[in-house]
Amino acid sequence: MSSMDLRLDTSGDYYARKFQPTKREDTLILNMGPQHPSTHGVLRILLEIEGEYILRADPVLGYVHRMHEKMGEVMSYPQYYPNPPRTDYLHALAWNWAHVAAVERLMGIEVPERAEYIRVITCELNRITSHLLWWGAYLLDLGAFTPIMYSFDDRERIQDILQRITGSRLTYCYYRFGGVSDDIDDRFVEDTRRHCAVMKERFKMFKSLVTDNFILRKRVEEIGEIPLETCRKYGATGPVLRGSGKAYDVRRAEPYSVYDRFDFNIPAYDTCDAMGRYLVRMDEMQESIKIIEQALDTLPEGDYIHPKAPKRPKPPVGDIYFALEGARGKIGIHLVSDGGKSPYRIKLRAPGYSNLSLFSEVAQGTLISDAVSILGSLDLVIPEIDR
Amino acid sequence: MIEAIEAIPAQFIVIFVGFLAILAFVGLNAVLLVYLERKIAGFIHRRPGPYEVGPHGILQPIADGLKLVGKQIFTPTGADSYLFWLAPMISIAPALVCFIAIPFGPHLQIINTNVGLILILAFTGINVLALCIAGWTSQNKYSLLGAARDISQSVAYEIPLLITVLSVVFMTGTFNLFDIAAGQGAWPWQWYIVYQPLAFVLFFICVLAETNRAPFDLPEAESELTAGFHTEYSGMGFAMFFLAEYAYMVVASCIVAILFLGGFQGPIAPGVWWFLAKVYIVLLVMIWIRWTFPRVRFDQLLNICWKWLIPLAVLNLLITLAVIAL
Repeated sequence: MSSMDLRLDTSGDYYARKFQPTKREDTLILNMGPQHPSTHGVLRILLEIEGEYILRADPVLGYVHRMHEKMGEVMSYPQYYPNPPRTDYLHALAWNWAHVAAVERLMGIEVPERAEYIRVITCELNRITSHLLWWGAYLLDLGAFTPIMYSFDDRERIQDILQRITGSRLTYCYYRFGGVSDDIDDRFVEDTRRHCAVMKERFKMFKSLVTDNFILRKRVEEIGEIPLETCRKYGATGPVLRGSGKAYDVRRAEPYSVYDRFDFNIPAYDTCDAMGRYLVRMDEMQESIKIIEQALDTLPEGDYIHPKAPKRPKPPVGDIYFALEGARGKIGIHLVSDGGKSPYRIKLRAPGYSNLSLFSEVAQGTLISDAVSILGSLDLVIPEIDR
Repeated sequence: MIEAIEAIPAQFIVIFVGFLAILAFVGLNAVLLVYLERKIAGFIHRRPGPYEVGPHGILQPIADGLKLVGKQIFTPTGADSYLFWLAPMISIAPALVCFIAIPFGPHLQIINTNVGLILILAFTGINVLALCIAGWTSQNKYSLLGAARDISQSVAYEIPLLITVLSVVFMTGTFNLFDIAAGQGAWPWQWYIVYQPLAFVLFFICVLAETNRAPFDLPEAESELTAGFHTEYSGMGFAMFFLAEYAYMVVASCIVAILFLGGFQGPIAPGVWWFLAKVYIVLLVMIWIRWTFPRVRFDQLLNICWKWLIPLAVLNLLITLAVIAL
């Protein structure tokens, strides 16, 4: 064995051997991940490359599989509160909401109007933090270091606001069956209003610093084009679907909570490229601010949790599917109850899983740099995919 | 004893003392640049930057250096350890040689040679070899890709670099750096940047690409190739590459200052201070660019070179020649 042999120890593990059963001399198998700076977490992608061109790509999952679905089956309903937010830690409140609302619908628990408004406000704030982090991390992937510092600046301020009422900064567990755990106060309203005004100014700066940048446009425009047909085939939702031209948003398509009372747009771009997905997220942050401001203006008085909400619910026998719009797409929870104190089966639908599935098809024939750009534009959170 | 010393030609002593001075200069510059880079990055990011070691973190580069010295020297399995450790040395050595021809002031130059510019351009070219060896012997696919990127990038950008330099050389009629600097006046409107604005822009872009600085830092693109050619280097191996990168940046800024910004020429204050001020302004612009722009893609990088820089450089050269001929 020559010391210059680049295939020295590349017989690989099970996945690598399955990816390329017989060795080829003209291509290189590259393991991108699980410890790679731009796979954001422990996603592993097997690439077969020729020069810098990708011939085939295959994601390998399961490095942070934590059995959240199984845990749901053995824990009682309140014990399971903290689990869904820990799947997608960036938009934790949406998962929290999905779990809580599924149980509420199955049991027919009524949620006070004020609680619904609080949920909308906090969930949208959380959506902005999620998109801000994506924005910074995506530009980090593209080689610009500074934007993540600006986005974290704003993100930290929103987290400060949310911390005061929810008690945590990342994996919020704020919603309860029948409402929320604590009421919001005047200071929260005031801080949120002030920060919304600040954010509007910041978006202008983001646009002039980054979105209009010539180099950035060259890196994202006409890169990673995902036709609508591909999105449909793989069940892609959220900004990926809207970036391909279909204005599908669960908040509008199947209105839940009080979303039908607010006036907001569903941004969609039919360029199908990474720029389309980028612009969808940038616009969505501004739409979220619009929703928050409207909700703050019309915030009703009343209970923040239903006074007769059960502490230890035992839903009747039956099943329910509840879906809502997370930062990454359609979050779904299928809950089957056998009447006991813990669910018979709980199925979590992670939008990132469907969005990642189309990567192998889209990445074919692109450069490694483009693959990084495409992967970033899908906005993956690996714990959510692995669950 | 004294006779023995007198028997040594004076030229050797000058070179020996000069090299010691260069080593000190490069070391000090690296310390200063590391601190500046981190502080300016902090300023651009709206954070304080290094603040813990010493007042305002001024001892941070020394702490970094000590950390790197103290790290384990690690050779990856299957790597050719001889070539693997030769590469960082090949990288740093030519950078030091480049300084001997640079006129820091009217009376501060180690060797005033007629081929100063050629010497520097020739020696900076050796860096490609070092990066190539480092990438090839690291036994890492990311390093290999980084080395491949570096070779095609450096080879491509050498061409417009030389052509733009030629247009200044034709204008002055000399390769002697001292004469080029002395040929310019003390005031900004007497500098060659006024006569050769296009050459200045082209040269500066090429310098960014040749020194692997952002937005052209593709050989070490950390989000694509983890760390490119120096992925497997730890401790002093990495420090040598790091030092070499900063040394090349300083050399490049010196050349920009001499060719286009009047070198040591300037009103009132002594020439050395003017020279250092100009070099540091160029360096600051390089740092500023790094913390502002995203990275270009590899094929775009080569497209910029072959489709824009080389034709423009040739055009600039032809215009210069036409003006001289008239």
